Amino acid sequence: MERRKITLPLTRELARTLHAGDQVLLTGTIYTSRDAGHKRMCEALAKGEKIPFDPTDATIYYVGPTPAKPGEVIGSAGPTTSGRMDAYAPTMMSVGARGMIGKGARLPEVVEAMKKYDGVYFGAIGGAGALLAKCIKKAELIAYEDLGAEALRKLYVEDMPLVVIIDSEGNNLYEEGRAEYLKDHAE
Amino acid sequence: MREIEVNRLTEVIEKLCIEANEHLPEDVKDAIKTCRACEDGEIAKGVLDNIIENFDIADSENVPICQDTGMACVFLEIGQDVHFTGGDLNDAINEGVRRGYDKGYLRKSVVKDPVRRGNTGDNTPAMIYTEIVPGDQVKITVGPKGFGSENMSQIRMFKPSAGLQGIKDFILEAVETAGPNPCPPMVVGVGIGGTFDKCALLAKKALMRPLNTENPDPYYADLEKEMLEKINKLGIGPQGFGGKTTAIGLNIETMPTHIAGMPCAVNINCHVTRHKTEVL
Repeated sequence: MERRKITLPLTRELARTLHAGDQVLLTGTIYTSRDAGHKRMCEALAKGEKIPFDPTDATIYYVGPTPAKPGEVIGSAGPTTSGRMDAYAPTMMSVGARGMIGKGARLPEVVEAMKKYDGVYFGAIGGAGALLAKCIKKAELIAYEDLGAEALRKLYVEDMPLVVIIDSEGNNLYEEGRAEYLKDHAE
Repeated sequence: MREIEVNRLTEVIEKLCIEANEHLPEDVKDAIKTCRACEDGEIAKGVLDNIIENFDIADSENVPICQDTGMACVFLEIGQDVHFTGGDLNDAINEGVRRGYDKGYLRKSVVKDPVRRGNTGDNTPAMIYTEIVPGDQVKITVGPKGFGSENMSQIRMFKPSAGLQGIKDFILEAVETAGPNPCPPMVVGVGIGGTFDKCALLAKKALMRPLNTENPDPYYADLEKEMLEKINKLGIGPQGFGGKTTAIGLNIETMPTHIAGMPCAVNINCHVTRHKTEVL
């Protein structure tokens, strides 16, 4: 199947052209964060403070990579379960972040926020950390170093293979893909 | 009586932590490839191709298959004629994990307190399971367990009247609830019987059994086949995007239980079902 190449930043206009089930190759700058990093960023925002990167049109990858071996950019770097970031995702979108890369189901309130802010939820293949690391060309630690694997990193990725799971209209590949399979294989 | 220096365990566990995280067992690879050959959806085929490419990269470049290099589950079957010398057994095991996760550039994913958190920084302590068996050997298995799938596991204390149907419904319910979260295609470990805690351990042990083996009791071997087929008709598919391959294997382990009970535990694992064994 043809994969569509897209280049960040993820503007509202670009986000609206993406649909659940689209297979894409993503190029550009993204930021990494998971449970502890999100908690800290949302606490900062609640106090009226800035977060360590400009969230405008930003895409966040839910990942805690393995340490880079000498000479390597990064270690294995596949997605973690996105549902644990559901408590924070609407807040992140409210300050401008638009793209999320992870795996697994999202709560209805996240989908509602995505419809409001034109958010896009991309799926990377869970458990394919060695393969996904190949797409990461640059990695820079930008904040929260004390969190170890959960520290905030700025990554530059090239042709990262992703699938749009939930689009800005709320269409959901988890529901549609399964329904389609069951319809085609009805006994 | 055979004496074994505990530092030999440290060395073996260091090695097993690294090897288990970089090289998927052949039976798991074969199961994934078999499922790939049977898929017909475009997205499902693409996902399985990427999964195969991923474990090939890990094999050839000696890098972790998945970034969640897990909690180190260490199973020891200790011959009753063995005497450990030269130090504390638990310290020796944890030292092996510490060295393996450091030298192997594996992720340190353990927090020192379940509520107050705080990374221990070296992936210890290991989850240690010991069993005393006849003989003078020590069988060591390291199974790094990721938590994307561990979080989707369930246990239920059934009344005996729930019968086989209750267990079948529960297994399907657990997989259905897990949905796309545990990185399907999954491996399903089922424990039936024992007490609350033994039942959960049976489910974990079921995940350590190769996928090309079956339960020695034909009754449960048939149940393994039946439930795998039923799971693969749910349509969840690779990564939850829809398809035939929701699970690549299902193993059941059982033990006797009380007249009043029928515990059943379902331990979910992802397609990166890692384990490596060595005998001293």
